[in-house]
Amino acid sequence: MSKRKVSVWTDNRFWQRSAAWVTGVAAVLLIWLTFDTMGQIRMGNQKDIDAHIDKRVPSPTVINYKIGYKMNAKRGLEVPTIGGSDANGNSLFTVKQKFFGRDNYTQKEADALVNLGKLGEQSKNCMDCHTLLGNGGYYAPDLTKAWLDPAWGKNGPMQAITGTHSRAEAMATFLQHPGRYPMHARRMPNLHITAREAKGLVAFLKQMATIDTNGFPRGFGKIKEANYAETK
Amino acid sequence: MQRQNSFKYESQRLASWYFTVAVILFGAQLLLGLVAAVQFIYPSFLYDVLDFSVARMIHINALVVWMVYAIIGSVYYLLPEETGIETVGIGIAKILFWVLTIAVAIVVLVFLFIQIGPAKTSTIWFINEGREYLEAPRWADIGIVVVVVGFVVNTFLTAIKGRRTGVITVILADLIALAGLYLAGMFYTDNIAMDQYWWWWVIHLWVEATWEVLVGAFAAYALIKIVGAKRQIVEMWLWIEVAMLFGSGILGLGHHYFWIGTPEYWWEIGALFSSLEPVPLIGMFVHVLYDWGKDKGERMGEGEEDVTSNNTPALVWLVINGFGNFLGAGVWGFFHTLPQVNIYTHGTQFTAAHGHLAFFGAYATILIAMFYMAIQGKNGIKKLRATFASKMAIFLLSFGMLGMTVALTIAGYEQVMIERAQLGGTWSAYFVAQNEVWMAQAMDWRFFMGIVMTIGFIYLVKDLWTIGRNPQNVY
Ligand code: HEC
Ligand code: HEM
Ligand code: HEM
Ligand SMILES: [Fe+2]
Repeated sequence: MSKRKVSVWTDNRFWQRSAAWVTGVAAVLLIWLTFDTMGQIRMGNQKDIDAHIDKRVPSPTVINYKIGYKMNAKRGLEVPTIGGSDANGNSLFTVKQKFFGRDNYTQKEADALVNLGKLGEQSKNCMDCHTLLGNGGYYAPDLTKAWLDPAWGKNGPMQAITGTHSRAEAMATFLQHPGRYPMHARRMPNLHITAREAKGLVAFLKQMATIDTNGFPRGFGKIKEANYAETK
Repeated sequence: MQRQNSFKYESQRLASWYFTVAVILFGAQLLLGLVAAVQFIYPSFLYDVLDFSVARMIHINALVVWMVYAIIGSVYYLLPEETGIETVGIGIAKILFWVLTIAVAIVVLVFLFIQIGPAKTSTIWFINEGREYLEAPRWADIGIVVVVVGFVVNTFLTAIKGRRTGVITVILADLIALAGLYLAGMFYTDNIAMDQYWWWWVIHLWVEATWEVLVGAFAAYALIKIVGAKRQIVEMWLWIEVAMLFGSGILGLGHHYFWIGTPEYWWEIGALFSSLEPVPLIGMFVHVLYDWGKDKGERMGEGEEDVTSNNTPALVWLVINGFGNFLGAGVWGFFHTLPQVNIYTHGTQFTAAHGHLAFFGAYATILIAMFYMAIQGKNGIKKLRATFASKMAIFLLSFGMLGMTVALTIAGYEQVMIERAQLGGTWSAYFVAQNEVWMAQAMDWRFFMGIVMTIGFIYLVKDLWTIGRNPQNVY
């Protein structure tokens, strides 16, 4: 072996160095991209909303606003809208909506609610049944846009079933006693969620629905005929 | 238990402890998988007692933990043979084994009986962190890190004192990266997009980068041992594999950043690099077959009579690994890795199909091969032949997993078409798809294939328990 002239292509040192270089370059690129992404997904605050700036992860104070999910003419995909939207699917940041009877949550109050909701989401392990942003278990519906699900709206069944008059209250009531409101044979279990925790969870779900997910899930809730086909 | 053992090193005895716990946890994984599978068919099964989330959590945590045990065991097994010396700090290594095992036992008991807690930081510290695969509470995270750091230090000190082969160099560098990545999953944030960003650093950069490199290194070691492949050549392949795996896998991370709030440029980066990920997997498969055939040919050419490998079950599992890795990770991974496809398949049964075949094909198989290598070493066997039980285990586990994957793929297809493409992914759209007859049938088949696999597992345990003691299998 050693007497034969060794080509660089069969030289272990060469491949070892190549492996180190390739890994190094890929890692440096990833770290660089990570810095950029971190800047773009940092959670916004009320000042952004006041200044009409779109954030990929908006301020928790979005709970004071009416939110939607519209085809955006410029982006060519569906984007969450905050406080109403124009014909091109851009947010207006003006139309408010009451959340448990109020639409004036301060930054601090809203931050605390979303934080409580996130802690609740982890403590109750929602993600081993549901997917959030598409990741998790496949035993129950994706919750990315659950806040916007037509089932919770005026024409959906949930407000009537739970005896409430808003999305927020219907969701909170359901979450505290899911076993009482079975919509399917596959029920959600009782996770000992208190009224306070439920409010936090709903705030968390509402804020999550405003995250710009590049159009996932596509066409969410757009097919009106399909929505209650199976509950009839 | 009073049989003599022929381990040449204490490190290998410690490896056999790790392997034993790994097999027990593998059994627990299958059991809880069956519970979760039954709940898909009969949703009232153990409702409010041991809910789906709990079954699934233990299923996937047992999976990760048994594989980590088997990986640590494999390293302790091959370390003295590669370096030529006993593992440095073997006494501490044994204590760390018990620390880890007690911690794991406590976590499992808490998962089983306490399950969830109030929406407080204390729950995350002591009960459940609630992040798929990383549910272990924070105190256990810290314990795991301490044990793993100890393990890496043991390995490092042994490597610098003994012979430093290419295999050992790769393993060492990789273990440091692997342990470091775990830290990315150990913090709390109220920002779910940020949470998912770093969560994938652990999950993806483990299974699609650092663990794959370990597979390459274990396969290299096994090929040298079992078929007598030439170290020089095998290690050259190994370095090429490392370059290709890290070159594609690190930025391939982008395929998880399409829809979690992260910028659109990840579409291009994720699509490009993750599409390259199957390339090294093809290479690794070819490599196993090539070395096996080439070595056999060479020895036949030299007029050797008996050209079989010296450990048939391990070799067969190794070949299944080559193919399974390519099929489960490479082919099933590629199916859904382009954003144009993933926008529909993201988070469906299709993902579950890929997750099962990839974990099985890429990792379960090679780790089982390492179990057989340890059996051979423990009993000082020159040549280990496959028994009936070895063959049944190979057949039932592989066939069962393939069947399960096919069932889940069909389920995924149906879910994608009906829930996502046709009905737009709402709550009711989800259940329309779940209640379709194709989904229901697929869930029955998945359960049935789970039973098949469980029977295969029983054969495997029986075989691991007895194969080394029966002189018939040995020659
Ligand atoms: C054991 C599994 C399980 C866990 C854990 C779980 N859920 Fe559910 N969830 C379900 C199932 C099943 C349904 C569907 C119930 C039905 O249709 O009758 C559901 C329905 C829902 C819905 C209504 C569906 C929609 O799209 O709007 C919401 C909201 C919800 N869950 C939120 C949560 C939250 C928040 C958590 C964590 C605190 C959680 N779930 C934990 C199983 C679970
Ligand atoms: C051995 C290697 C691999 C293993 C063990 C593995 C395992 C997994 C698992 C378990 C998931 C689901 C994660 C979750 O729970 O959310 C997943 C997701 C995914 N994997 Fe892999 N994988 C491997 C390799 C690959 C490769 C090589 C590719 C691409 C070519 C790939 C593409 C994907 C994609 C696109 C997803 C996201 C699915 C979704 O959007 O829901 N994987 N993988
Ligand atoms: C008895 C055999 C098995 C059964 C019945 C089974 C069943 C299940 C079930 C019901 C789930 C939950 C899926 C969901 O959320 O909808 C699951 C998840 C999972 N299982 Fe298994 N399983 C089995 C064996 C295995 C094996 C052998 C492996 C790996 C080697 C494995 C790896 C996984 C993974 C990685 C996930 C998470 C998938 C994801 O998030 O995409 N399972 N399994
Ligand atoms: Fe990945």
